[in-house]
Amino acid sequence: MSDVQTRPLIAPAPSLPAMPAIEPAPAERRAPSLLRRLPTSRVAMVGLALVLFWIAVASLAPVLPVPSPTAHDYAAIGHPGPGARHWLGVDPLGRDTLARVVWGARTVLAVAPAAVLAAYVVGCAMGLLAGYYRGWVDVVVSRVSDVILSFPVVVLYVILIANIGPSAMNIVVAAVLSSAPAIARIVRGLVMSLMHQDFVAAAELRRESDLYIMLVELLPNCRGPLITDFCLRLGYVTIAIGTLGFLGLGLPPPTPDWGGMVKQGTAMLTVYPGMSLYPAFALVSLVLGFNLLADGLTELSMSD
Amino acid sequence: MLKYLLRRVLELVLTLVLSSFVVFMLTEFSPGNVARKTLGPFALQEQVDVLYEKLHLNDPLLVRYVRWVGVLTGLEADPLQDPALDLDFHDPRGNRYFGNFGYSTLYKAPVNDVLWNRLGNTALLAGLAFAVIVPLSLVLGILAGMRAGSALDRLVSTASVVMTSVPEFALGVMLVAVFVVSLHWLPGTSTLDPSGGWPVAAQLVLPVATLAIYDAGYVARMVRSSMAEVMTRPYIRTAVLKGLPRRQVILRHAFRNAMIAPFTVMLLQINWLIGGVVVTELVFAYPGFGRMLLDAALFGDISLIEAATLIALLVATTTQLLSDIGYRFLDPQSRR
Repeated sequence: MSDVQTRPLIAPAPSLPAMPAIEPAPAERRAPSLLRRLPTSRVAMVGLALVLFWIAVASLAPVLPVPSPTAHDYAAIGHPGPGARHWLGVDPLGRDTLARVVWGARTVLAVAPAAVLAAYVVGCAMGLLAGYYRGWVDVVVSRVSDVILSFPVVVLYVILIANIGPSAMNIVVAAVLSSAPAIARIVRGLVMSLMHQDFVAAAELRRESDLYIMLVELLPNCRGPLITDFCLRLGYVTIAIGTLGFLGLGLPPPTPDWGGMVKQGTAMLTVYPGMSLYPAFALVSLVLGFNLLADGLTELSMSD
Repeated sequence: MLKYLLRRVLELVLTLVLSSFVVFMLTEFSPGNVARKTLGPFALQEQVDVLYEKLHLNDPLLVRYVRWVGVLTGLEADPLQDPALDLDFHDPRGNRYFGNFGYSTLYKAPVNDVLWNRLGNTALLAGLAFAVIVPLSLVLGILAGMRAGSALDRLVSTASVVMTSVPEFALGVMLVAVFVVSLHWLPGTSTLDPSGGWPVAAQLVLPVATLAIYDAGYVARMVRSSMAEVMTRPYIRTAVLKGLPRRQVILRHAFRNAMIAPFTVMLLQINWLIGGVVVTELVFAYPGFGRMLLDAALFGDISLIEAATLIALLVATTTQLLSDIGYRFLDPQSRR
């Protein structure tokens, strides 16, 4: 939390030379940034390792020695268990489970960060406007947030995707709609606590534009709690994508999608449980990675 | 206090009105869709056009919303029950009464005949899950938070991160793979019908566990951090130095103050449970509210989606109100 109070980014003010020197910034005493201290937290490093593993798998998918994720091996359907040709077995349509887990990583690691980034752009904009201008802007933003946050998340996702149709773009839209209000609330609170600080007053004296103050003075000073929230939210959205896939509202087939694979395997659970369990383990390990990373970051920011 | 209560209840009503408009907008935004979904995929285009005219679906969204609220509150008759439409929608309650959610095209019955039975089943499931979550997370959280940094604390903290990283659908499938497929201890489906050979109590074990484990990890973390924070306060040190037994310090001094923050979190878990219920009920074929909502959304049963979402919203906003009021009772500082 204390990261919020670190040195504000004050640019020299050429237009007001008479202004008394604004408190000399204690640049030397400033604690090393949160990300630089990451290696000191074992929890965070385990999380980072899990996430990096899946990023590596996703980016190397085309060169890894796995079969095509959409090719059907009809001969294997009778014996879906693991074998020499299919290390983790095949799904009910004869498609290689290992290949689909590998290519599924690509899907989730493309959609989840895109969705969280988009949610952050919208949420930060809402929070900055509400916290900076207060008044009716704040009332509107807070009321909209209240209304959207009163929906149980899964219910919101289900009625939204069932209406606008399942596609990667629509999953991003749903994630933005459900996450942006929560981000806006955090940013609004942080901005309101920063508004009384000297560096905001200094920027106002320099007659900086509102946009400059919001983006250059306020937003960078909100980053501490936001970095942790970002990791947590990546985990939530990964779970949401998996859940939608499981509910039959995920990416349209034949795109490999971990949640959809788990669902497909449930019918064959008595024959070969691996069909469901491997994609489930993949999803859990990625979410665990994001959560451990967030946990380590929280711990680090608390220990300052 | 009364003024505060009144203000909060008004806010709740406002939120409900606005969110019901969001629901209406999401489900009935395209008017052509409404007529088509009401009649089903096999209706002729002429029939769809006739219904479109009869329901005045080309009116602006806001006008249609007001009309829908009129039907819901019993001020207007349900237009779909008009015998002239020949839709064969019959509601024994009549076509004009308070709480008229309309007619479910999926179940071919009035929404009120479908909804409440399912909601009761889900209340049983969620209630049992809640009865597991609260004591489990309290015990884990207090044990961990009592001595921050101890081996037990690290164990519980790690376990709770892992618990919150396993989404309900993955957990459900894992539990079925172990307890149903490998060990044959429990049934894999929970239809609440004992004629399949399994008593209802056995059928409830896995769904309740699926719901409880995911949430308990989250709540335990909240309890832990609140407890760890309270344990550093001066009055705890005083109590220890005064020579009070440790058990008494924990239960009488720390516990009460540590419970204020998690109390809110626990009530808000009900909102999470509603979402979890959708997934869990699908995994275990449980005849509940969540699966009904999912089926309605996939089928395009407009009246049932609207009714189910409204109920979910009502439950969510009411628990939020209760948690805010409870917080004010528990924490004298917030009353100022």
